[in-house]
Amino acid sequence: MLLTTLEYVPGKTITKHLGLVQGSTVRSKHIGRDIMAGLKNIFGGELKGYTELLQESRDEAVARMQEQANSIGANAILNIRFSTSNITQGASELYAYGTAVVLD
Amino acid sequence: MFDLIVFLVLLLSGFVIGNLVERNHYRSIIRREAQLRNLLLIASKKLPDEFMPCTTRMVAGNVVISVDFFKKFVAGLRSLIGGRVSSYESLIDRARREALLRMREEAQKAGAQYVFNVKTETTSLYKGKRGAIGSVEVLAYGTAVTLANQPSMKAG
Repeated sequence: MLLTTLEYVPGKTITKHLGLVQGSTVRSKHIGRDIMAGLKNIFGGELKGYTELLQESRDEAVARMQEQANSIGANAILNIRFSTSNITQGASELYAYGTAVVLD
Repeated sequence: MFDLIVFLVLLLSGFVIGNLVERNHYRSIIRREAQLRNLLLIASKKLPDEFMPCTTRMVAGNVVISVDFFKKFVAGLRSLIGGRVSSYESLIDRARREALLRMREEAQKAGAQYVFNVKTETTSLYKGKRGAIGSVEVLAYGTAVTLANQPSMKAG
């Protein structure tokens, strides 16, 4: 499965458009991470726990998107975009979407 | 009285340690940016024809950076009179440059020379109410391009 943020793949032609595919996940932080984050809020600096958490969640959103693309027979996803939103305090939704296509 | 002492200690430690953390972070950002100067970021969506043949792959980098107590306090004061909140400007600048750097490091590991169609996205992660956790997440992503035959023109 080829993933790209471009609208086409250089050197390949698109033989079929299969429409939008998407994947999302909602995650919240666990309390241990929150306590550390509370401390960091006094001193500043990177919140490594949150960075990892969001990265993992985003990978999962991408994996779900890929799964959907696989199930409809695509071999590439073009023009991928990410978006993040805070649903409630302490929980965020990570969303990835793109256009599934068949390349020759 | 006790509250005031706690507040002042928090403010002072936020100022001293926060400044130290920020200065170290900027130093590391500048050093790594210098190392990655040959890897160009391009906002355009189309690859030039001369780049063919090449391989592409998606790369991303993210970072969450927290505000410190002093910055929050200064921003609170600033909101009384309005204007530039420079204490937050540097925070977001650091986060964005760090995210771009991580994306570029991933691209470099893949052997790429360019990253096309770079997008960044900023979200504030905020856990409301008192004792709130204020932090900003920046995600940078794009398509790393690896040329099959090394370019004759040198990036500079």
